[in-house]
Formats: sequence, structure tokens, C-alpha cells
Amino acid sequence: MPTANTMGTVQSEIKFSEEKLKKVQEIISRYPEGRQKSALLPILHLAQREFDGWLSVPVMDYVASLLNIKPIEVYEVATFYTMFNLKPVGKCLIEFCRTGPCMHNRADQIIDYTEKKLGIKVGETTPDNKFSLKAVECLGACGYAPMAQIGKFYYEHLTEEKMDKIITRLGQEDFNPDNKYEI
Amino acid sequence: MARKLLLENINVPGIKSFDVYRANGGYRSVEKALKTMSPDDVMEEVKKSGLRGRGGAGFPTGMKWSFLDRKSDKPRYLVCNADESEPGTFKDRFLMEYIPHILIEGLIVSSYSLGSNSTYIYIRGEYRWIVDILENAIAEAKHNGFLGKNILGSGYDLEIYVQPGGGAYICGEETALIESLEGKRGNPRMKPPFPAISGLYNCPTVVNNVETLATVVPIINMGGDEYAKIGVGRSTGTKLISACGHMNKPGVYEIELGLPVDEFLNSDEYCGGIRAGHTLKAVVPGGSSVPILPAELFYKTKEGVARLMSYESLSEGGFASGSMLGSGGFIAMDETTCIVRNLWNFTRFYHHESCGQCSPCREGTGWMEKVLHRLEHGHGSMSDIDLLVDIAKKIEGNTICPLGDAAAWPVASHIRHFREEFEYHVKFPEKVAHSPFAHSADYKRELNTVLQ
Ligand SMILES: Cc1cc2nc3c(=O)[nH]c(=O)nc-3n(C[C@H](O)[C@H](O)[C@H](O)COP(=O)(O)O)c2cc1C
Ligand code: SF4
Ligand code: FES
Repeated sequence: MPTANTMGTVQSEIKFSEEKLKKVQEIISRYPEGRQKSALLPILHLAQREFDGWLSVPVMDYVASLLNIKPIEVYEVATFYTMFNLKPVGKCLIEFCRTGPCMHNRADQIIDYTEKKLGIKVGETTPDNKFSLKAVECLGACGYAPMAQIGKFYYEHLTEEKMDKIITRLGQEDFNPDNKYEI
Repeated sequence: MARKLLLENINVPGIKSFDVYRANGGYRSVEKALKTMSPDDVMEEVKKSGLRGRGGAGFPTGMKWSFLDRKSDKPRYLVCNADESEPGTFKDRFLMEYIPHILIEGLIVSSYSLGSNSTYIYIRGEYRWIVDILENAIAEAKHNGFLGKNILGSGYDLEIYVQPGGGAYICGEETALIESLEGKRGNPRMKPPFPAISGLYNCPTVVNNVETLATVVPIINMGGDEYAKIGVGRSTGTKLISACGHMNKPGVYEIELGLPVDEFLNSDEYCGGIRAGHTLKAVVPGGSSVPILPAELFYKTKEGVARLMSYESLSEGGFASGSMLGSGGFIAMDETTCIVRNLWNFTRFYHHESCGQCSPCREGTGWMEKVLHRLEHGHGSMSDIDLLVDIAKKIEGNTICPLGDAAAWPVASHIRHFREEFEYHVKFPEKVAHSPFAHSADYKRELNTVLQ
């Protein structure tokens, strides 16, 4: 059953493909018998990637059913870890590091610039659903500051010009969070 | 050129791949250990090497391994801590990204010594592309007979799995990491029992840092005694330092422990000095949790002895005038840095990352963040400064895990060494309210002018 999320868009049916279900089984096999709950974080990542970049309650319930654990066990974990989005996000999620070393190297200015350029604040999504902004803590790129994570990869030594290019390129229809874009 | 043990072959083209890594002497330590040494022999070499944990606490690795309960009939586990989330620290990432096989090699030898047949690499979830790199390296090693069943005909079986975290600094703490690996919230456990007795799935477990485990490779290759000759005193061997902040050449460097701090920061072989036209104001030498040092106390101890990059030298003077080598996250700040803002930022980090189990940490970090926010934005009062010191004291030592201390130490040290700058924020609120950094360079001069 398709479910409507709060953005009014329809989330595709909540079921992993055969290929992803195989991956789920492979992940579960990494742990001893009866310890399948250990697979929770890897599978939540898989689910978030598969189902529009965030974890809705039906998605979390689905993950619980795959692991044969109670839905509450999934909720308490999903709410603890900051990488899991509990609200819909735009197609391209830009996660800026705001911690000390980045802050000392113009992170605040770059975040400010991007907010103004996209007309949204950190924590918000553009009306066309293309971009969301998030501020996160140190991502282990302090020597290459300021920086942001977009999809699977890091974008480092950010400048205003680089942000312009990122927004132009990654705002296109074909954006794929698993690709590395040379900017 | 200084001796390199971990990054020796980092510039060899294709070193990421098994074939090139192997052709450059890779996996020799596995052959040596599995064919000629017993698990205890391996541990003896690690003990002799004097290797100390590279994750932050500097606990002797061989001793940690010796605590592992080998008598119980439960499985034993080795877990590699690749959570790397301490602000300023990005060395494990460098190693895993550019020379992943050295970690896999170190894991095989260490797992053999500890008797682990399933070893997990718990990596921070944000390092998504590194998960692929590691899984690829594991598959290559397995394909070449260094993982799986009956490795090199020794009868020893091992699988290595990569487990992503979910974005939580606290999961770097070893018992929180174990909870997280069991699919739970990252709440640190009460100790005892220590993981060596009851860790993952209540089985005996050793948790070690990425760099620690990679270092087992050169230790086995050269022998523990040889390794112990490198370095200075009880700081043996080499250490990866990730350097960031206002320097000319930020990046990851492998140093021999005992290198003078002046040479590390100012020579072209390493950081290349503070950026042109600026001067050093302060250094946080071992990740955000360790005490900050003003430039004078960074270069020389209070007694005037030139400091070295070693566990002992950096902590000379204790908390009053020293710091710690910590994780090797080296942050240099020049005179444009606002110390109050730096502390506010760090404190916000700890508040955000507190798991919330103990009230002194959960509430205390929040209060400190609030007070620092008002000081930084020109709404503070003089009594706020002592209030901060007081809250920090009440957190320290009163919590389940060391995150509480890690949040308290920066507060105490920033205020101890830069009290005038905090007072300046109270006396001249209009100057700090709208320009978070502009005043930092000359607050002392301004302060003096006004006071006269
Ligand atoms: C709040 C907190 C965060 C930590 N984060 C890390 C980390 O990211 N990586 C790490 O190796 N150790 C981290 N540690 C230290 C670990 O608890 C543990 O001591 C370490 O992994 C042991 O490995 P070692 O002996 O090889 O250093 C952290 C400790 C605390 C209290
Ligand atoms: S000290 Fe803080 S992070 Fe550690 S267990 Fe207590 S509340 Fe959690
Ligand atoms: S402070 Fe931004 S990556 Fe570390």
C-alpha cells in the first residue's frame, strides 16, 4: 500500500527488491544465531537509501518485521542516531560540518551563503524538494575545511564559488547520491 | 626524513589494491605469525613493543590483550574502533582510505592472537565510501587465502565484517560501541564488568583503535624490541597526527614520537608553520577533549623545557599547565581565533553528543552551552565565568563514561588560560555581539587601553 508522507508525495511501496532482500540476509548472516538485531543499523541505512532518504514509521515497522524485533526497538534506535532522518528530505541533502576546526575555517560563512542562495535555513527543504540543508558535527575532514557531506561522499575546501557549482550540478534531475561529482 | 612504518608505501601507485600491497611486502606479518608463532608469542611481541592505544587513552595494548578472558568457553571477539569522531581527528580515515590492507593485515594477526573468529570493524556511518574500500580489501584478502577457513593451512578461521554506525560520537566509547554493534542505542555500560570479561554478546572482547591494530603489522615484522627502540621513553614507535586549523599544510603525518613540537608545527616536512602574516595563539594537541594550551605553554613547559610530541611531554605540568597527546587530533589556532567562541562550539558539540544517561553530563553540558552562548553574544556577567568552572567541576568524575570529563576539561582549561578574554566579553558586549571574530586579535591591547 502506498502511504502519503507529510510532504504530500506518495512514498513507493515499502518492500525491498529481491536483490536488497538478499543483501539483508547476507547482513544478518554476519552475526551469531539469534543476534540478528545487530543488523539493525546497516539495514536502517539500506532502508533510508531505498525509501526516499528518510525513515517513516511504516518503513521502520517494515525493518522491525525483517529482523523479527518489536517496532519500538527500531524507533528507539532510529531516534538516537543523527544520520537517520525522521522527516522527509529533499533529493539532495547537504550536510555541513559546523564543529570547531571547520568553524575556524569559514564554515559559518559557507552555511550562511548557501542558506541565502537556496532561500532556506538549516533544517529546511526547498519548495521544489530538490535540496535540504542539515548541520552536523565533525565529520573527520577537519584538515580540509570547510566541508559538507552530500550522499556518499565528502566535498571539501568549500568556497562560495564551489557551492554555486555544487548547487548547479547536483540540483539536476539525474542527481544520484551514490555518485562522486568532481567539482 | 623520519622513519615511516604505517605510511611508508602510501605513495606507491595502486597501493590500495591487494596485488600492489602484497608486492610491496604486504601480509608478511600474517605469514610470520600464523606459520611460526603461537597466539601468545604475538601478544608477547606487542607487549615488548610498548605500543599504547592510539584511540586516545594511550593504554598499553599488550596489557589490554592480556586481560582478555581466555578461560571462558564463550567465543572471543576483537572489535576495531573506526568511529573516529573526536573533533580534530581524521587519521584513521586516511589510513583506511589510502592503504586499507594494512588494517586488514593487522586485524588478521591481532584476531589470531586474541582467538577471534569473527572480527568487526565498527566504522562511523558517515565514512560510507570507506565501507566500500574496506569490503573490497576484505574480499581481495579472502580471495587470496588470507581470510576465511583454514588461513594459510594454519587451521585458523577468520571473517572480518564492516559495521556502519549511525552518527553518534559517543559510540567511539568502547562499551557504547558494543551496545551499538548489538543494534541498540549507544549508551555506555557501567564498568565493571570490563569488555575483556563481558563485552560483545556478553563474550570476552577487545576493542582497539584502527591505528593501534595497523601498528601490529610493523611490530610483528620487525619484532617488539626493535619497535620499542623508536620513539622516546614510554612513548614508543610512530604515531599518526591529523593536523588542522590555521596552518599552511594541514593533513595527516606520521611522526616518530618524541619529535619536537616546534619542528612538527613549523618545519616544511610537517605543518609548514602558521599561515602567513599570523601568529600562533593556542593549540589543542590531541582532539577537542584535551586541555587547550596557549602558544607559550605549547612550545615550552612551565619550567622552560621544549615540548615534544609524546604522551609524557605533552602532559607535563598536569592539567594546570599541560595537555595530552590524546587521539593525535592537532588543532592550531592563530590570533584571529575567539577562544570563547571556540569553547562555546566545543561545548555545544558535547551537549549534542551526550547520550543523556547521567544527569551531570546531560544537564551540565546543556547549562554550560547556554552560559557560553550568552557570554559569546555579549549578554554574560562576570559571575558566569566562575559558574562555568563550577559546573565543569561537578561533571568531572561523576559520570558513567569519560564523555563527561571530555566536556569538562576544555571548559576548565580555556578559562584557566584565557580568563581575560572571557572577561573582555563581559566588559565590552557591544564589541563581541556582532563580530564573533574581529575582536580576537587585539582584545588584549584594547583591554589595556581602556583599563588605563
Ligand atoms: C566519548 C569517547 C569517544 C571515543 N571515541 C573514540 C574513537 O572515535 N575512536 C577510538 O579509537 N577510540 C575512541 N574512544 C576510546 C575508546 O573508548 C577506547 O578506549 C579505544 O577504542 C581503545 O582502543 P586503543 O586502546 O587501541 O586506543 C573514545 C572514548 C570516549 C570516552
Ligand atoms: S557521561 Fe554523558 S555520554 Fe557518558 S554515559 Fe553519562 S550521559 Fe552518557
Ligand atoms: S571539524 Fe569539520 S570535519 Fe572535523
